[in-house]
Amino acid sequence: MSQEFNTNLGTLFAVNLDGPSRLHRRSATQPDQSAPFSDRIDRFDLGLGMGELAAEKHAKYILTVEKKKDDIESVLMEHLRINGAYWGLTTLDILGKLAAVDQETVISWVMSCQHESGGFGGNEGHDPHLLYTLSAIQILALFNKIDTLDIEKVSNYISTLQNEDGSFSGDKWGEIDTRFSYVAICSLALLKQLDKINVENAVKYIVSCKNLDGGFGCTPGAESHAGQIFCCIGALAITGCLHYVDKDLLGWWLCERQVKSGGLNGRPEKLPDVCYSWWVLSSLIIIDRVHWIDKEKLVKFILDCQDKENGGISDRPDDAVDVFHTYFGVAGLSLLEYPGLKAIDPAYALPVDVINRIFLH
Amino acid sequence: MHGRPRKSATPVDENASALKAAKIRSLQCQFLLNHHNNIYTKEALEINAMLIESNPEFMTAWNYRKLAFEHNLSYQSEADKADADHIKSIIDEELRVVENALRKNFKSYGAWNHRKWVISKGNSSTERELRLLNLFQKQDTRNFHAWNYRRFIAGLKNISDEKELQFTTDMINDNFSNYSAWHNHSVLLSHLLEKKVEGYFPKEIFLKEEYEFVRNAVFTDPDDQSGWFYHLWLLDQTVKVDMPNLVSSWPPHGSEITKTTFPIVLFFNEPVEGVNLQTISVQVENDIFKHIAWSPLSANKFKCGQAWLTHLTILLGETNPSKIFQVKISSEYSQGIISSNGVPCSQHWSIAFRVSVCHDFQPEGQSLRRILMTDENFSTVDIYSNVMDLFKLYFELASDYEQPTSSKWKSEMIASEIDQYRELLSWAECKIGKLTLARLLMANDAIDEYSLVFLKQVTSSKESLMKYCGQYRESTFSNITGPMCLRLNSLSLSRIGSFERLLWVQSLDLSHNQLHSIEGLEALQLLSCLNLSHNKVDSFMALDPLRFLKSLRVLNISYNEIGAHTVDTRRHLCSSPLSHTLDYDKKFEEFATGDEKVVNFWEAYSVFGGLDIMQLDVVGNVAADERFMLFLVKLLPGLKWLDGEELH
Repeated sequence: MSQEFNTNLGTLFAVNLDGPSRLHRRSATQPDQSAPFSDRIDRFDLGLGMGELAAEKHAKYILTVEKKKDDIESVLMEHLRINGAYWGLTTLDILGKLAAVDQETVISWVMSCQHESGGFGGNEGHDPHLLYTLSAIQILALFNKIDTLDIEKVSNYISTLQNEDGSFSGDKWGEIDTRFSYVAICSLALLKQLDKINVENAVKYIVSCKNLDGGFGCTPGAESHAGQIFCCIGALAITGCLHYVDKDLLGWWLCERQVKSGGLNGRPEKLPDVCYSWWVLSSLIIIDRVHWIDKEKLVKFILDCQDKENGGISDRPDDAVDVFHTYFGVAGLSLLEYPGLKAIDPAYALPVDVINRIFLH
Repeated sequence: MHGRPRKSATPVDENASALKAAKIRSLQCQFLLNHHNNIYTKEALEINAMLIESNPEFMTAWNYRKLAFEHNLSYQSEADKADADHIKSIIDEELRVVENALRKNFKSYGAWNHRKWVISKGNSSTERELRLLNLFQKQDTRNFHAWNYRRFIAGLKNISDEKELQFTTDMINDNFSNYSAWHNHSVLLSHLLEKKVEGYFPKEIFLKEEYEFVRNAVFTDPDDQSGWFYHLWLLDQTVKVDMPNLVSSWPPHGSEITKTTFPIVLFFNEPVEGVNLQTISVQVENDIFKHIAWSPLSANKFKCGQAWLTHLTILLGETNPSKIFQVKISSEYSQGIISSNGVPCSQHWSIAFRVSVCHDFQPEGQSLRRILMTDENFSTVDIYSNVMDLFKLYFELASDYEQPTSSKWKSEMIASEIDQYRELLSWAECKIGKLTLARLLMANDAIDEYSLVFLKQVTSSKESLMKYCGQYRESTFSNITGPMCLRLNSLSLSRIGSFERLLWVQSLDLSHNQLHSIEGLEALQLLSCLNLSHNKVDSFMALDPLRFLKSLRVLNISYNEIGAHTVDTRRHLCSSPLSHTLDYDKKFEEFATGDEKVVNFWEAYSVFGGLDIMQLDVVGNVAADERFMLFLVKLLPGLKWLDGEELH
């Protein structure tokens, strides 16, 4: 019995017997994170023929999109412009180009999206919602301007949206979803106001959304989905409750998201999409199972989704680009340690230096 | 945003796009004006409906409809009496708008949520909702919005779990490749199992049918994941015994200790809460000790851990120069000890050991020699030594702690599954199939992945364990090393486990392996010499378990990868202000003055600051530069050896 067991495990886990195709880890001669970006690009070995990240083009694309407000794509995104601003600005920061933006203008526009209740809308004059409130806080964090906020006011708005069972409604109209649990917890953590909510109940509710496959859905009983998993894992990480997660089981489900092309899908039998390079990848990193996917193949997939001529990254190779996928592609590459990129925290979805500035001082 | 082909815009395209955009822009402006001025006329609602049709994800637009709904309902019932038909027509209009929006985008959160909101107001037809659901679920069997809405309707209209279960079974029979159906199937079955509904209890009955059900699916299409993951769940239902219990302790039952102050470690089979003075009693010579506090050896604020620790100090009276004390630790109220799933401990246990001391014992001398774990410092193990007696105890008593052997039906079921899947894999090349077979085999032997398997085998008997022990020669032996070293170097280990059999370890060599995590090592409270050199540790945070090892004096982390990576995969699993499991300590700033590499310094401060390390090796890590070494010397006043050099 044991021999067959070992043989099966051996063939199953070809390279390493603790998980599927474990990627050869880079040698310990890589420079550390404080080295300037240009140095690190020079030292990267492009011999694998993986292609390059067109960083300049992507930065330009984001700055252009920000100015173009009158075409159909922009108009249809107006209701979540503040999310778009967060995606664009964070990407610029990861690429080391945040200084290209006029900080004052951005911050004053962000503040104009705030509603009298304390929450933020997707745009000026739009109704407040947790989803937009988090983006507002994250944008201010990028610029180290969280103190622009009336922290008490925003925290109160967020905490009143917690329900008795620990769940969170997105706004006063009552839609419940674990996405909102993540948003509330991440927002309050960044504001250092986590004690404004009942953390124990919040965690209980999230755990009640755990499924047979180790994943999480939007509400109890809902199917596992990589986006929801990121939200639940992120929230559990921020509250120090990852012991509720079966990391091996979830790790397997997540690494099975990698398809032949190297890209990741969001749930079984679906097409790969660059945005899952963030949601699946960050979850794997948080639970320390990222060595179970083929990182090189994923890097190649993301690079193949670039529009190298006009800038921007799309969901799949040769599809139309947008800021959403540009952010997730670049953030994913950062998580994969692609050189020349600022490190990003997988739970807070903000650059590591921003997070360290908030929590280690 | 998804699935649109990339193409350059022609001037014609751009023109059309600009016109369309202008039209929507105008609708948006009018809408926002109406919204801010609380205008809910028929015209205003029509503008809103047009806007929603072009952009169903515009949340504010849906909010407005709710406000209009409430306004028009209350307004009408003032003028005329509550007219059932009128209410119905308002509701129908809302449902129509939702259906239109769903036709445009059947995944719109805003649309489904608005429908839920309207239906919750009452006055709706179950049939109509189920018809709508059938329509959407036929179009896309994986639409989780539809499945969630279905669950909502079933709850609202009290449709039984059995009926819904049949729906999922029908969907699966229609097309095996339907992960959503399998998922909902498992959720409904879990409910029925929990409620112990007839036909689903006891477990064996439904498990047998379900194994057959999933086998059909898997054999028909081995490449589809749905059946395999469902099978994993069935397997879990078959083997899991969610029963927290004590599996090991330090000191072990029946042992003799020669120190008056020592740690007591209780090691459970899974993380538990509730270990305290009410649930556990500690008696010395039949007197209950009230002044001890138990704490979990884990990085979380919720007092939950797999290993629990306390310290006991036995005071000697002046009259007795030497004495033997009987110590007994037993569960007083074991149901107070609860697993993280809420299952209480049902087993009562008790551990008894002797503490034998005398006044004129040898004082603990600090060894000033550098301690190395190289071959020449070891001799073969003396099987008659005291230490051998000690770890023998872990094996003799193993049977008391082991899980109850699998019941017959379980082993038969698993054996049958193994045969079936072996046959499948003989003709289907399928990675996830191999995983399933591996899990089946593992379930039978109740063991885990390669490194863990290996360690389980090593610790399965005292003979196998002895092969990996080295007895320190007299020239090297000291109070710090202890008599024996567990030598698990150069074994390609990528993970460590079996801690319940290793609680006695004082000296441990894990060098030349593939470790990037040392999770679980915190349970080895006697550990004073640890060699982790030549592994894959890539951050100080990964060494977080060491913060709990207050006896640690000798540590070698040379030739790892600390500082070489921008991504730290242990960061959120360890004690840190980021996970709110540790407060930021301002005292840190006394040690590191205005340094860019704050993170490495902070993490090292956090992990090593509370330890009294005498000998440390860090060379071969990118983070270990000159400035960092100076920082370490400042941080660790008791440090005598750093990277092989004696400090003065």
